[in-house]
Amino acid sequence: MKKILILGAGTAGTIMANKLRKELPREEWKITIVDQEKVHYYQPGFLFIPFGYYKKADVTKPKQSFIPPGVDIYFRKIEQVIPGENKVRLDNGEVLLYDILIIATGTRVSPEETPGLKGELWHKNIFDFYTIEGAQALANFFKTWEGGDLVIDIADDPIKCPVAPLEFAFYADAFFTERGMRNKVNIFYVTPQSGAFTKPRSSKLLGNMLEDKNIKMVNDFVLSEVDNKRKVITDYSGREVHFDCLVSIPLHIGDPGLNDSGLVDEFGFVRADKYTLQSVDFENIFVIGDASNLPTSKAGSVAHFQSEILLENLICYIEGRPFTAKYDGHSNCYIETGYGKAALIDFNYDTEPLPGFFPFPGIGPFSLLKESRINHYGKLIFRWMYWHILLKGKEMPIDTNMTMAGKKTD
Amino acid sequence: MAQKVYAGVTVDVNEEGYFTNPSQWTREIAAEIAKEEGIDLTEQHYQVIEWLRKRYESGEALSIRSINKSGIVDVKTFYQLFPGAPLKKATKIAGIPKPASCV
Ligand SMILES: Cc1cc2nc3c(=O)[nH]c(=O)nc-3n(C[C@H](O)[C@H](O)[C@H](O)COP(=O)(O)OP(=O)(O)OC[C@H]3O[C@@H](n4cnc5c(N)ncnc54)[C@H](O)[C@@H]3O)c2cc1C
Repeated sequence: MKKILILGAGTAGTIMANKLRKELPREEWKITIVDQEKVHYYQPGFLFIPFGYYKKADVTKPKQSFIPPGVDIYFRKIEQVIPGENKVRLDNGEVLLYDILIIATGTRVSPEETPGLKGELWHKNIFDFYTIEGAQALANFFKTWEGGDLVIDIADDPIKCPVAPLEFAFYADAFFTERGMRNKVNIFYVTPQSGAFTKPRSSKLLGNMLEDKNIKMVNDFVLSEVDNKRKVITDYSGREVHFDCLVSIPLHIGDPGLNDSGLVDEFGFVRADKYTLQSVDFENIFVIGDASNLPTSKAGSVAHFQSEILLENLICYIEGRPFTAKYDGHSNCYIETGYGKAALIDFNYDTEPLPGFFPFPGIGPFSLLKESRINHYGKLIFRWMYWHILLKGKEMPIDTNMTMAGKKTD
Repeated sequence: MAQKVYAGVTVDVNEEGYFTNPSQWTREIAAEIAKEEGIDLTEQHYQVIEWLRKRYESGEALSIRSINKSGIVDVKTFYQLFPGAPLKKATKIAGIPKPASCV
């Protein structure tokens, strides 16, 4: 019996477990998945927690219920990957063997790496919302906050869901306006990017929206340290921004369990071929989702698109054929803009986000690079689709590779 | 995809002016891109650029904080050489993709 081992039962790992079990005969392939946590978090929902729109119960479900019959799950921490020996060691000393390894351990925030970030003000005036704990602590803080400088700061790229900090800024504007205290809150959006977003057109649109909402942007700011006494953040060139409440998106790293595997770059992301998702070091190792060093967004939609590609290529690999599927960098994100509206962007390695309609040219119902009410419902419905369709590896009504249909290029 | 002419050579660039084919790069081309960015390249600039290119080719991540590992410059000097947004400018001049970009 041959063995496929999947590391991580988050978005990507869970989708792969479901797809592979459907595809591979049980009498030939044993599929095992490992995760250290029993709870599956719907991470996009973390955005809504600080503002009290969602509670923890709205974003959690047991991991077990998304793992299909015929897949063994271990709730253990992965301690070491030894590619030369096709072995993975768990925290109880148990060793799992594999013929094919799929790494889907995602990324995590690492506030420890920035001096002062996890200092005395951590979870008092300094928060993150990329973890459930951070999002809940911030929700509590906002309940009684009387205003001041609200600074949303991205420490450095890469981060997962690169639009989430912007959405947070838009939501904060709407939230404090609705509470009648917007005039007491100065919102700053501090980013290592030279604009509101990486690519020119979306950057312009989103930059204009920040301006309209009176959110001040500070650009090219790569976080160096945090001074808890003076409540300032400093960048590597010595520029400072004062905060009363700091909402930090800390540095992101890969899982430390991969560190001495020889598979990862300096940040702990698995070096992989950007088209095939195969490790550049070992041919029987593949990576999917946030755990890779691919130059595309770290997002759930990406994990979904990659799963189709990876499935096809794994079959090729198993049958000893050349790879036939090629990942184009496709990513697709709703951007909540507050007041019940959202924008939507769709792009890949070569094409920046463009205006138009999605997924049906001329019809939509979603409009690209433009705010609309229906886009917002798209985002809300997405949570349902995530639990019921996406994780289970079922067909989603979106093409795997990006299409130019419906997009305006001029 | 767009094209640009530097030092008499046509190169492929993306919509932000970053090379899509790093092998088209030469030292002369670098000097011209640098001029557009208002920088006159010195030998130290070139050393940093070559280090970035090597690191990129080996699949290693690029970031401002890892520049200390170059053994060529520290972060402060890096900012002096490529003022404002050192990593974005240096990678553009080095003819490699924008690093760790969030798209
Ligand atoms: C605030 C926020 C908003 C977001 N909004 C959106 C959005 O609107 N749209 C979108 O597409 N995406 C969004 N995302 C991103 C999306 O959630 C992730 O990109 C997606 O979950 C990545 O899937 P993954 O499987 O790669 O990683 P994860 O889902 O994070 O899974 C990784 C798993 O590996 C496990 N693991 C890691 N290391 C170990 C170890 N050593 N031992 C055992 N187990 C381990 C973890 O416990 C985890 O379960 C958002 C994320 C955040 C934080």
